[in-house]
Amino acid sequence: MSYLTLAITLIFVVIPLVLSKTLKLGLEKDTLIATVRSIIQLLAVGYVLQFVFDAEQLIYIFLMVLLMIAAATQNARKKGASIKGITWKLIVTFVFVEVLTQGILLGLGITPATAQYIIPISGMVVGNSMVLSILFLNRFTSEMTTHQDQTELILTLGGTPKQAIRTQLLNSIKASTIPTIESQKTIGLVQLPGMMSGQIIAGADPVQAVMFQLLILFLLLTTAVVTSIMLGYLSYPTLFNERMQFLSDHLEEDDED
Amino acid sequence: MLSLEAAIQFKNVSYSVNGDTILTDITGSFPKGKITTLVGPSGAGKSTLFKLCNGLKSPDSGEILINGKKIDDYDPVTLRRFVGIALQQATMLSGTVKKNISIPMILQGKQLPEERAKELLTVVGLDESFLSRNIKDLSGGQRQKLSIARTLVNKPEILLLDEITSSLDRVSQQDIEELIVKINKEFSTTIIWITHNLQQALDIGDYTWVMMEGEVVETGESSLLEAPTNERVRNFVRGEVE
Ligand SMILES: Nc1ncnc2c1ncn2[C@@H]1O[C@H](COP(=O)(O)OP(=O)(O)OP(=O)(O)O)[C@@H](O)[C@H]1O
Ligand SMILES: [Mg+2]
Repeated sequence: MSYLTLAITLIFVVIPLVLSKTLKLGLEKDTLIATVRSIIQLLAVGYVLQFVFDAEQLIYIFLMVLLMIAAATQNARKKGASIKGITWKLIVTFVFVEVLTQGILLGLGITPATAQYIIPISGMVVGNSMVLSILFLNRFTSEMTTHQDQTELILTLGGTPKQAIRTQLLNSIKASTIPTIESQKTIGLVQLPGMMSGQIIAGADPVQAVMFQLLILFLLLTTAVVTSIMLGYLSYPTLFNERMQFLSDHLEEDDED
Repeated sequence: MLSLEAAIQFKNVSYSVNGDTILTDITGSFPKGKITTLVGPSGAGKSTLFKLCNGLKSPDSGEILINGKKIDDYDPVTLRRFVGIALQQATMLSGTVKKNISIPMILQGKQLPEERAKELLTVVGLDESFLSRNIKDLSGGQRQKLSIARTLVNKPEILLLDEITSSLDRVSQQDIEELIVKINKEFSTTIIWITHNLQQALDIGDYTWVMMEGEVVETGESSLLEAPTNERVRNFVRGEVE
């Protein structure tokens, strides 16, 4: 595709802009920002990837993954609810998920150890892990806030912090992973997954594209479940002190917009 | 009162949340094996005081002794099992009555024998058929009864009751009062009872604490509520009776 054709596709940006203006939806500014950002960010990524692929050096792959994890941490920390001291817990979770998935993929020789595979797959894994973290943290803080009386009840009756948050933790893990599992049930029926579509358009064999897509789907199942569970078990102890007292002020509810 | 052995003793205890002082310089004791009532207007800090007694909260300053030993020297779980609280809200987990009454045992990895569960329900005036009922179908009064029964599962040595009869009819209220007095006599359980009902305080309490705005205004034998010498207590008593 040439830059000229890409420029013509801006029609798809103009349509929502005009509609937003006519119907006074007030979405113009955000639409424009989103458009400009996606152009700059994606083109930059494209050039960086080209450089990394050409360089064929492991250190660049490593740096790319590190950058992804840093960006994901920053994003997950900023968006939505949080728990005191969450930053390093997010980092540990992302690193663990990345090492686990790449360990299996590379260790069993499922994908080759080249930038071309490692970087996009890592991007999907870390990106998904980030979304799951945000979902989990939002749900967990709201469960803990609304069911504070139940946490207190269990502690009063001589339960440990782990027993006192068990129901809320399990509910949050379930609630945050269900969308991933549910969306996989209907996949392909309505919408072709983005990555697979891209590969097919770029001329890949559809069956090969499907097989690759399946690999990614399975990977994302692990990512989703491991992220929620790990983040959950890393973060709940922060909500209690050594006297087994519940520290409600360590919950930082979403106060954006 | 001072000469009696203290089950719980407060020494200059203060407690605040986010800079708001809730309890100020509390000093006094709850005598062992006796029934002490805790009265005072809404927001006086009574429920908060209870949460300090079983280590659900820690004071900012001062000292709390349980059976003469510093509260922080107890393992929190052990402490909470022998200092039992029936919480004001009678909080329940969703599910059946059986599940809720069993919580104290489940937390220890054990089962509450069916017979014992039935016995406890009967004791608080709920019949055995309640066992399989769902919590959401219980009335406020029935929840309070269940909450009392559940607090008794751990056989606490010190029993803190936070307005446990506020939603009960006259007859049920008297039954619960009799039950608590009986537990106190039979097992020498120390009872501390928060109540808005001054008649109840007079009827069942050996001693009383009057709290206002985070302070203990008066302590002594329950009869002090009949003819208070302290002006603030007098005003409070007059207000409650009207
Ligand atoms: N977690 C908290 N955060 C902020 N303020 C609190 C908190 N818990 C209690 N308070 C405040 O402390 C004061 C005492 O509350 P507490 O529940 O102990 O009163 P109480 O004497 O039990 O009242 P009532 O008779 O209405 O039950 C109240 O003003 C209450 O708003
Ligand atoms: Mg109260």
